[in-house]
Amino acid sequence: MTILVIAEHDNASLKADTHKVVAAATQIGGDITVLVAGSNCGDAAQTAAKLAGVAKVIVADNAAYEHQLAENLGLLVADLGKDYSHILAAASTTGKNFLPRSAALLDVAQISDIIRVDAPDTFARPFYAGNAIATVKSSDSIKVITVRTSAFDSVEETGSAEVVAIDAAHDAGISSYVGGEMTVSERPELGSASIIISGGRGMQNGDNFKLLEDVADKLGAGVGASRAAVDAGFVPNDMQVGQTGKIVAPDLYIAVGISGAIQHLAGMKDSKVIVAINKDPEAPIFQVADYGLEADLFDAVPELSSKL
Amino acid sequence: MKILVPIKRVVDYNVKVRVKSDNTDVDLSNLKMSINPFCEIAVEEAVRLKEAGVATEVVVVSIGEKACQEQIRTALALGADRGIQIETSEKVQPLSVAKLLHKVVEEEQPQIVLLGKQTIDGDNNQTGQMLAALAGMPQGTFASEVKVDGDKVQVTREVDGGLVTVELNLPAVVTTDLRLNEPRYASLPNIMKAKRKPIVVKTPEELGVEITTNLEVLKVESPASRSAGVMVESVDQLIEKLRNEAKVI
Repeated sequence: MTILVIAEHDNASLKADTHKVVAAATQIGGDITVLVAGSNCGDAAQTAAKLAGVAKVIVADNAAYEHQLAENLGLLVADLGKDYSHILAAASTTGKNFLPRSAALLDVAQISDIIRVDAPDTFARPFYAGNAIATVKSSDSIKVITVRTSAFDSVEETGSAEVVAIDAAHDAGISSYVGGEMTVSERPELGSASIIISGGRGMQNGDNFKLLEDVADKLGAGVGASRAAVDAGFVPNDMQVGQTGKIVAPDLYIAVGISGAIQHLAGMKDSKVIVAINKDPEAPIFQVADYGLEADLFDAVPELSSKL
Repeated sequence: MKILVPIKRVVDYNVKVRVKSDNTDVDLSNLKMSINPFCEIAVEEAVRLKEAGVATEVVVVSIGEKACQEQIRTALALGADRGIQIETSEKVQPLSVAKLLHKVVEEEQPQIVLLGKQTIDGDNNQTGQMLAALAGMPQGTFASEVKVDGDKVQVTREVDGGLVTVELNLPAVVTTDLRLNEPRYASLPNIMKAKRKPIVVKTPEELGVEITTNLEVLKVESPASRSAGVMVESVDQLIEKLRNEAKVI
């Protein structure tokens, strides 16, 4: 078997998602090639070459791939991917964007969001917001897969794969990048943080998230939010943890002022340890929490921060 | 400008589904069914584009048994002009859905195909992207803002690190995220009016599409359940437990 992993990166550096997708590829078994498609993405490619288990890194360095536009990247991946038995990418907003395009161009199904590899053609994936897990078997000649990265542990950076540059420039010419508003934060990204503290509607406004940030800074944690807090405009959408936001599984998840709607639980219930702080003893979040504290968050969170 | 809005009938988002005891599937018998929430947002956006004078016609299409006409009627009551039902009793996987929709796109020639980013049953998040690839159209996925400008559309997309705006040549595919809009409630007069709006029924055979199933479901299970832990009395006790019992800080 030959597996093509599409790297997740921002041109400058490789994202930890890639380490996890390579881990899934390792479980499938076979020769693993990583494709780094971007513009001036040499550094990301050098890191990819260090990932344990990777035999080869292909670099497609061209302006057409700078912003990971699905129209261009989809063509490149479909073109290269036809020579592989598996094509894997992270189930990130980038992977979800371009990979179904490549699958359709190759006339094969996509298996979204796998959480387990049972065999090279058999995988487990959640559906119905994680309320059911399906084991599915693919009969396609090329298995196109997105990987739920929270379900796999990163591979180490102990390898030294060969790096090969290819001359590719798939520019579909039908879309262009206008601009972006990226959240700049010193704190770890939700996808890779080992501790996450999240706030819900109980935070009352965006300014009060400062309370959570104080705790986060003491613990080296990422800060998340429930859909209710995002919909109320307290914090930006990229902080949302849940079925339609980010799916996380840190070592410690602290839910503050979050009631625990199914939508939110779907995004964090695989965390190793869950703490809930809520003044409503009936809040459903307590039914999944390892440690529950019935308290007013405006008392408990500052106290927590001062005692850590 | 014509907008095509593909929609799906799914179990209502307030219902928590259970796995059948024989582990073959989830049990949907006697559950409330609704229009998929992301599809409803797509219908709302299309109707708003029509109200703003950008679009002239909104056509809704759904694939499934006759019961899905209920959801087409819901979309018509929200302001769509006419419906198409593609009649099939099969469970159609995203690639085949995209092929069926591609045929409808060829017949209807819409300038924008607006659809939900994913359904809350399959959670696949594939159909819009696959349709765009088959039709050779650009795509603006996970949209939180859609602005049509001449023969282009600007789409602001919700991505992992924040927001990204792309400009797409028309015709284009746009998939909706939660914050694009808040769908209206259909008024009683509009519900009555929707009953007289036309719905055309077609079959996959008429469209020349063979429905294939490349993914076989071997079994369906409930996720590992989490049980409630302990309640702590104070912040001090919480910190003590996290340090010494769970050893996570």
